[in-house]
Amino acid sequence: MKTDNLVSLDKDKIITPYTTLIKPKELQKVVLVGNPNVGKSCFFNFMSGMYVDVSNFPGTTVSITKSHFQGNDVYDTPGIYGVGSFNDEEKVARDIILSADVILNVVNALNLDRDLFLTLQLIDMGKKVSVLLNFSDELKKRKIKIDTKKLSDLLGVEVYQTAAVDKLGFDQIGEAVNSARVGKQELDLHFLLNQVMEKSVPQSDALLILEGDEAIAQKNNVLCGTADERERIYINRRNRVNEIVDLVEYEDSKKGEIFNHLGRLCLNPVTGIPILLFMLVLMYFFIGDLVSQRVVNFTENKIGKDLFEYNIKSFTGNYTPVYVDVKVLDNNGSVINNKTFNFPSGINANPTLQKEFSEFSKQNGAQSNFNFQNPFVKIFFGEFGVITMTVTYLLFLLLPLVIGFYFVMALLEDSGYLPRLATMLDRSFNKIGLNGKAVIPIMLGFGCITMANITTRMLGSEREKSIVTAILQFVIPCSAQLAVIAALLSGAGFAPMILYISVILTVLLVLSTVLNKMLPGESSPLLIDLPMIRFPRMSNVFKKTFFRSFGFMKEASFWFFIGALAVGIMEVSGILLVWQDVLAPFTTTWLKLPKEAANAFVMGMVRRDFGAAGLFHMNLSIMQKTVSIITITLFVPCIASFVVMLKERGWKEGMMIWFGTWIAAFLVGGIVAQIVI
Amino acid sequence: MPNSTLDKAKKGNPFIVVKLPSGNIKSQLIRLGIAEGDTLKCIQRLPGGTIVVQKNRQEIAVGFDLAKKIHVIIQ
Ligand SMILES: Nc1nc2c(ncn2[C@@H]2O[C@H](COP(=O)(O)OP(=O)(O)OP(=O)(O)O)[C@@H](O)[C@H]2O)c(=O)[nH]1
Ligand SMILES: [Mg+2]
Repeated sequence: MKTDNLVSLDKDKIITPYTTLIKPKELQKVVLVGNPNVGKSCFFNFMSGMYVDVSNFPGTTVSITKSHFQGNDVYDTPGIYGVGSFNDEEKVARDIILSADVILNVVNALNLDRDLFLTLQLIDMGKKVSVLLNFSDELKKRKIKIDTKKLSDLLGVEVYQTAAVDKLGFDQIGEAVNSARVGKQELDLHFLLNQVMEKSVPQSDALLILEGDEAIAQKNNVLCGTADERERIYINRRNRVNEIVDLVEYEDSKKGEIFNHLGRLCLNPVTGIPILLFMLVLMYFFIGDLVSQRVVNFTENKIGKDLFEYNIKSFTGNYTPVYVDVKVLDNNGSVINNKTFNFPSGINANPTLQKEFSEFSKQNGAQSNFNFQNPFVKIFFGEFGVITMTVTYLLFLLLPLVIGFYFVMALLEDSGYLPRLATMLDRSFNKIGLNGKAVIPIMLGFGCITMANITTRMLGSEREKSIVTAILQFVIPCSAQLAVIAALLSGAGFAPMILYISVILTVLLVLSTVLNKMLPGESSPLLIDLPMIRFPRMSNVFKKTFFRSFGFMKEASFWFFIGALAVGIMEVSGILLVWQDVLAPFTTTWLKLPKEAANAFVMGMVRRDFGAAGLFHMNLSIMQKTVSIITITLFVPCIASFVVMLKERGWKEGMMIWFGTWIAAFLVGGIVAQIVI
Repeated sequence: MPNSTLDKAKKGNPFIVVKLPSGNIKSQLIRLGIAEGDTLKCIQRLPGGTIVVQKNRQEIAVGFDLAKKIHVIIQ
């Protein structure tokens, strides 16, 4: 087939100059459409002034986001290789494309032959389209030329060169929206389309029906095309794409080859495994050593306890009965001095004792424990005080750690490494009924389980989604929880860490093997395109870290305050003691923990990290700590991820997983306790 | 070399795609740019058989089970 065939049927009807097509100031639905990982979300962020995640792996965006741009509505969509209904993301994107007024088709200029397939399909749908030829910075680097004028002529729509990361060409987006028009369609196809359109089906629906989309055929009440028909149309379209690419692209030198050198090294097992290990060690030193020990020691103890809590508590103590235990510790943590100050009518009321207390409690290594007599004061300012403990945990313990984790995750997401990790681990994942792609939601789970639950949508089949959702709720600790775990185990040496990791890994293997055997159906094979590997863009990394940490604080604060209030009230009213006593035989004989550990499980239902935080106050041996963090890790997910899981996976599956975590947590925790304590 | 399947390809081998498995997966492969008659290159074969192929400037990882079903002529 020659390109001469790319003519429009009825010139006046199809290629009307755009000026006559603009509806006078009517709200238009502008939809960003493109292959995965081509920069749609970059454009969306710019156009809307909002923030959605931008990362360097296919499948970052899994749902629609809506906003406004120059008086129009603009939508960000999941990346797709074609309009159809092969998976959930495609169905979501398909529906919004069908109802779109204007389509901004973002195209990766380096992979024209892949991306133009979707472009031609959109044009075949008869939609008004403008093409944003993105990644033009990379074109320049590799000395590749694309004749945009010719491309525009062949497609019949406007083509704009852009480089979203450098904000290049952003000034033309408004024009691109206004100049969007219906492109050139192929004659043969148009003939077929007309046959369907005669039954008063819109052209966009007609194309999908020809391509065998049953849902759309049913909606329009017409017969659906066969798989063979779809294949014919697809092959035809692929040929047209190849012809267009041959006509518009010139490569001066074959330089593209060497650019992905690092990417290749990551894939080669000989170099890839050392690279992976190196990165893990680096992460360990950054999070395990620098952030969770040095930084948090400073923020939690120096700022949180010694400055913030001490001052707020002694200020409160001025006006209410309190007795204060002050311990002075030496560098090794053993008590060298110890005094109790009693202020039955407030600290202020006894100036001499106040002075003595002030001097004694401000010496090096002094730790003051304020015991308030008034129950309400206790709820807000006591040991578990809603104001004192919550603020220390949130701001001075969790926040630095969570920032650290999100930062590392953002680096990883931006480098293009994740799809390569998926490729390397593919065969191992096959054994537990998954393909390598599953590594992406699982890795994201180390950041936030709630977020990862939504990312499971990128997986190819329901059974894979079920398996990964279960893995996420049972065994993967989120960053906030890891933060507390890292802090609890810091300085304990390697043995507890290895014990923890191997127990959790064993549970993971058993869980996924069982699910793989139990769940019906077949898993999908790996088929993933690998983005360029590159140095992470720090501006994007910082922005993402900021937005995620901010989102975390917003969400966590609320539940932390609620949780602390609940525990505070339970403590003051004596319910906590009853709960502890009820669980005591279980906690003390089966898990071999002090009975106060039962508190952690109440708190853990609210948030997992909060549960782990409850362990902080207790005087636990190293092995007791290990048992309790194993139990807390396997225990129920936080309320937010529970709700999202129910939404994604349905009530039945969600509740089964939720109760399953109770069983797994106490069963495994107990077995480990019986062995090691 | 006559008819073979993609999982047999070695690192560095160029190959021609002869036949793709039928069904949805075929449509997906065509969209990605892998069609019958195309010449591609195997750029990595991981232990266990996951194959990484290159088409023009694009690298695509193909799982072992899928690679077994793609008929190719390895050159
Ligand atoms: N070099 C270069 N990189 C770009 C350009 N535009 C986007 N990127 C990078 O491409 C990656 C993908 O960008 P996103 O905006 O997340 O892409 P997307 O199309 O929304 O991806 P999905 O949501 O996964 O479909 C990011 O790492 C961007 O930094 C560009 O013009 N040049
Ligand atoms: Mg996106």
